[in-house]
Amino acid sequence: MKNNKTFKYTILVGLFVPMALFILGAYNGVMQTLYRAGVLHEDSFAGINYYQGLTMHGVINAIILTTFFAVIFGHVTMGHYLKKQPPKWSYLGSIILMVFGSLLDVVLMVMGRAQALYTFYAPLKNSPFFYLGTSLLIVGSWVAFFGWIVMYREWRRENPDKKMPIAVLGTFVNFTMWFVASLPVAYESLVILLPWSAGWTSDINVPLTRMLFWMFGHPLVYFWLLPAYIAFYTVLPKVAGGKLYSGNAARLAFLLFLILSTPVGVHHQFSEPVLGQDTKLWVTVLTFGVSIPSFMTAFTVGASLEYAGRKNGAKSLLGWMARLPWFLSKNYLFGYFICGLLLFIFGGLSGIVNASYSLNQMVHNTGWVPGHFHMTVAGPVLLVILGMSIYMYSKVAGKPIKMLSVVTIVPYIWMVGVALLSHGLMAGGLMGEPRRTNLGLSYTDPSSEMFNTHWVPTTTVTMVGGILMGVAALLYFIAFFGTALSKQTEPSEIVLPEAEELHEEKRIGILHNMKPWIAVSVLLTLITYVPSLINVFTYSTPVENKFEATSPVNEIKNLPDKDETTIMPLENEKDN
Amino acid sequence: MNKYEIRVIVLSSTILGVFFFALLFNVFSRKIDVPTCIPYNASFQKSEVRKVDEDYYEVYVTARMWNFDPGEIIVPRGSTVDFYLTSADVVHGFNIERKGVNLMAVPGAVNKTTVKFDEYGEYRIVCHEYCGVGHQNMMGRVLVTNSAL
Repeated sequence: MKNNKTFKYTILVGLFVPMALFILGAYNGVMQTLYRAGVLHEDSFAGINYYQGLTMHGVINAIILTTFFAVIFGHVTMGHYLKKQPPKWSYLGSIILMVFGSLLDVVLMVMGRAQALYTFYAPLKNSPFFYLGTSLLIVGSWVAFFGWIVMYREWRRENPDKKMPIAVLGTFVNFTMWFVASLPVAYESLVILLPWSAGWTSDINVPLTRMLFWMFGHPLVYFWLLPAYIAFYTVLPKVAGGKLYSGNAARLAFLLFLILSTPVGVHHQFSEPVLGQDTKLWVTVLTFGVSIPSFMTAFTVGASLEYAGRKNGAKSLLGWMARLPWFLSKNYLFGYFICGLLLFIFGGLSGIVNASYSLNQMVHNTGWVPGHFHMTVAGPVLLVILGMSIYMYSKVAGKPIKMLSVVTIVPYIWMVGVALLSHGLMAGGLMGEPRRTNLGLSYTDPSSEMFNTHWVPTTTVTMVGGILMGVAALLYFIAFFGTALSKQTEPSEIVLPEAEELHEEKRIGILHNMKPWIAVSVLLTLITYVPSLINVFTYSTPVENKFEATSPVNEIKNLPDKDETTIMPLENEKDN
Repeated sequence: MNKYEIRVIVLSSTILGVFFFALLFNVFSRKIDVPTCIPYNASFQKSEVRKVDEDYYEVYVTARMWNFDPGEIIVPRGSTVDFYLTSADVVHGFNIERKGVNLMAVPGAVNKTTVKFDEYGEYRIVCHEYCGVGHQNMMGRVLVTNSAL
């Protein structure tokens, strides 16, 4: 493949920019654990208030970093497996939109013009430009996807008989799901929230915006996760010293995600007033269904690792676990993958609790939920992002990794940190400790009448975990930026470790054709969301509400309050 | 797919089947369910503790930045309470400790659940959805008294 300089430069920018922003995202994560543990009894620290920091933590870590990684890992995957590069308009257009959109969001968050958290729940409002920035980031990722379709068609014409490589299938599944799922949030952002925030419209149907958000919000978590799965299937067996146990199982798992990811968003809304109990129960069934491809992945990855361990000389039933390349700097990627997988066992199981209909009433919006998702998004997802980012940067830039032993040890420290953090959050959550709350100002402040002693030990464990994660992140940043800012000494290449399949398997037609799966996906989405939409319009009413996070004054109209004297409308576009 | 793969799919599906049976058992036999849907109208935006019967109450709660109204709900031990919850401004949460009552207060919609208070004491109600800078101070109480009022 002839490697164009601009394409490689795009990849490096796409790795460097989100990693630099992640410094801010990670810092705000550690700070939250200090506020929550009652070490800080302040509403802000170093010029960033708790909720502003929480917004940065969520938006940068969960939307910006993950979306950039999915796109850049996609570029490298496509480049490596198809031995081609995407058309220039696509990778260049994509990176410009994504960088511009992200920087716009970050500037607004730093200025405090966006602090409604990453779920941007109306009627709390952000600056209209925040919705625009987020939309540009998402559209930028679509543009990259469109380029890969062009590239794949060309490859298919030249190689009519070859199987679609598993990593390419995984990438296409992921971005197809992403494209479908981001339509509702694009509609929400651009058609509902942006005009409302700018003051062009005044009424807003809040339950509708929430439903549209979660129609996107749950597929979003699979959009984070699938690049990690691609790496588990196609990279991990190689770095562990083995082969992929079954290619067909990998393909089936990806295709099951394609049909089941989108229709399950309602499981974030079990405590909401407008969605029927029947819809909620149906979504529980679907969510249980979507855990099956994860169980399959656990099996296939486990079998691949067992094969690797036995190839390295293990004999006994469990001896293969000891014969894997733990702490081996030559195979440093192994640590990132295995630590992520170990966390994901608990992340996945706690996720089944969340999905379980009435059981969700015990945990909804408590610390349990961030406890759960730090073992998924800050577990396998982030560890694969960190490991693969430094790998790809080093290969594409031709710069050997600096401080390799530090890079090797980082995932283990991170894993222990996440385990403590999540344990504290989940234990507190089961005792009602709320998420997204500056506990240090009330519940964990001994001088407050709201002080709750039960949440002191749990938030303290969370803080210890958070600090350990902060240490691991700091070490990683030193190594990553040390590598990125060093001199090129090796030839630059777009390459990935590529695992072979263990068995020569029969080709199953349905696993090589995405079209029927896309049709089923659309059908299931309609079955779930048509009744949901009917519910929303039956049970809810639009309201004329718009609020800054800092003030209980409605910006659209005077509230029908008994005490008329205290509240004056700020803008009076509508005559009430 | 080999026999091990088929076994793992059957096994994991069976486990999920058992989970699901447990859920259905709780819904139909023990009546542990998620909140109910009611069409919204503005009359739900009132703050009232209404005694329907000796041991049956209807409580209409309006959440607003940054308190619950009524902030203190007093009912006698053994009462069954229907909570109707809405919001006057932004989205709030409503989590009664130890009772597994977990509701969202959404403007333009009303949330409903029923709960029985068998033991006397104080039950804190925590707002667990971010609702602006005063979110961490938003708390209410249910006081369950030892005698009939």
